[in-house]
Amino acid sequence: MAKIIVVTSGKGGVGKTTTSAAIGTGLALTGKKTVIIDFDVGLRNLDLIMGCERRVVYDFVNVLNNEANLSQTLIKDKRVNNLFVLPASQTRDKDSLTLEGVERVLNELAETFDYIICDSPAGIEKGAQMALYFADEAIIVTNPEVSSVRDSDRILGILQSKSRHAENGAMVKEHLLITRYNPARVADGEMLSVSDVEEILAIPLIGVIPESESVLKASNQGVPVIHDEESDAGNAYIDAVKRLLGEEVDFRFLTAPKKGILKRLIGA
Amino acid sequence: MSFIDYFREGKNNSASVAKERLRIIVAHERGQRNQPDYLPAMQQEIIEVIKKYVSINDEEIHVTLDKTDDHSVFELNVILPG
Repeated sequence: MAKIIVVTSGKGGVGKTTTSAAIGTGLALTGKKTVIIDFDVGLRNLDLIMGCERRVVYDFVNVLNNEANLSQTLIKDKRVNNLFVLPASQTRDKDSLTLEGVERVLNELAETFDYIICDSPAGIEKGAQMALYFADEAIIVTNPEVSSVRDSDRILGILQSKSRHAENGAMVKEHLLITRYNPARVADGEMLSVSDVEEILAIPLIGVIPESESVLKASNQGVPVIHDEESDAGNAYIDAVKRLLGEEVDFRFLTAPKKGILKRLIGA
Repeated sequence: MSFIDYFREGKNNSASVAKERLRIIVAHERGQRNQPDYLPAMQQEIIEVIKKYVSINDEEIHVTLDKTDDHSVFELNVILPG
């Protein structure tokens, strides 16, 4: 039985695609057969983050319209076995997505995959609603910043009323993932803390990804940041994947590295 | 917080402001989320009917919906002139 996980946020630019790529790759690294679907029809991006942009032939909409089959369309990851990408279309608009079509493709994928990661577009319109409708679990990507937290709460409302599970009187399992976390600024009272965000959104925390130069470096290179074992962000994603699989892992990177006495004096 | 910051004016604690604002707006929006879809339209129509008979401003009308476990109370308060 495949598990369908939507990565969503409401707000744009908070790290949905980075997270989809990292979590999907992390699951595949543990041996789970995983596919990541780019639901952002019209604005394809997952392929760039995954580093497979030059190997896109067919796309999600081609499959929905029966112009290509899944085996022609799925792109096999170069680095990790068991990992595949279903790219979004760039040319068509979001009206190509229909519940019947998406359900058919998900059912077909569920026959062979363990995990289906749905990378949602920003917003709360049709594309985002299609991405979350069939989800069993949801990863809510949130920056410690007012508009992102508010939008996350909006998307939680939609998950609790307009998803398949909600319509059947069940619940989508929700996970909070805080990204771009800067412990030094939290210590200075300039940024919402993990517990502030947890308290407001009131859903279980699955990970905290520190703000890190390695995220931009990873997207520059088209290598999901979880491959960067040197980086805090990569390691924080590894922890999040373990928690997703039910392991209990202590949270790391929640406090700023101690500054030297000189730096503390001059505030550099 | 560096040593020098202690001498700077207006110690920065914008995070607590952010948290308080979020707490209020999120609670408010959650309340609205559970309203039935027909409520805004119904509210508007009731107001139009009252306006047919009495001249009032929109600010003088207060509508609330209170939910309890087994029922909801729809409350309409209109301040009539004179």
